[in-house]
Amino acid sequence: MTSVLAAAPALPLHTAGPYVAAAYIVFVALILIYVAIMARKLTRTQRELRELRRNLEVKEDPEPSVHETSQRSERAQERIA
Amino acid sequence: MSYGRGLRVLSFVTIATITLALALVFFYAPLDVNQGFIQKIFYIHVPLAITALCGFVFGGLLAIGHLRTGDRKWDLRSYVAIHMALIFGVAGLITGSIWAKASWGHWWVWSDPTLVSFLIVMLLFATYQPLRFSIEDPERQARYASVFAIVAGAFVPLNFIAVRMAQGFVHPRVLTLTGGHLPGSMGLTFAISLIGIALLYTTLWKYEIAAKQARMQLRRLRRAALGEDALRPLGRSAAPS
Repeated sequence: MTSVLAAAPALPLHTAGPYVAAAYIVFVALILIYVAIMARKLTRTQRELRELRRNLEVKEDPEPSVHETSQRSERAQERIA
Repeated sequence: MSYGRGLRVLSFVTIATITLALALVFFYAPLDVNQGFIQKIFYIHVPLAITALCGFVFGGLLAIGHLRTGDRKWDLRSYVAIHMALIFGVAGLITGSIWAKASWGHWWVWSDPTLVSFLIVMLLFATYQPLRFSIEDPERQARYASVFAIVAGAFVPLNFIAVRMAQGFVHPRVLTLTGGHLPGSMGLTFAISLIGIALLYTTLWKYEIAAKQARMQLRRLRRAALGEDALRPLGRSAAPS
């Protein structure tokens, strides 16, 4: 192994550049993939929250007026919060 | 109940620190005499590896909290700590391989104890998720996973010490007990990079816990408001539920 190191002097910039770029790109790509997965999960949570709010409204009164619907939607939202 | 308290401030601090670290790496730290531009990889590779190893130990410490109190929130924290450490570890392995290819001409060198021992730690913790997945009962899953996290977490420093004591290694030593081999500007850049990566780990850890707690709370609300029938059955999962 020492011989490998001895035979491997510092690479010139044009050769070393792509390796350094690749290392940092891997780091950024992993973070982006992670954030994308988390964003997908967050979207699912938001959708389930909307479903829960709708279900609560239906449970309170199956056929409310338009005005009542908005009031109950606010109440349900407060309860969830 | 608030989720991810202080997460916004932490996120901004993390972004600022990583930006500063990148600026220092490319515009302030001098080129290494022996390795040249390739050495810039160390500012990302070493902090990733250190943070991953600390994350495994952190997961073990949190698991002690679960076994002591029986509170499942400690299991969740331990699970997320190990989960994040695995991601950071994979990033550390990949960036290390890129450095090895550029510097040694090989993607992987089996004769280097540091590389192989890190791989062993990674493989050990890679069994954590399958272990959890194999146990259906959530209580037992959390208890067994905590025991595993503690034992494997204790293995990390032992492994680290054993490798340090080994003779004939060739892996470059960035930090030593006597102060290391880095000159001032490189040392500062490395320290900022390490803090940046550690902050990134903490931010993502808190972010993941907040997201999981929000989902659990949503499920409890659904159960309370609409009854057990409104819940979709939970699939088998390695994650705490």
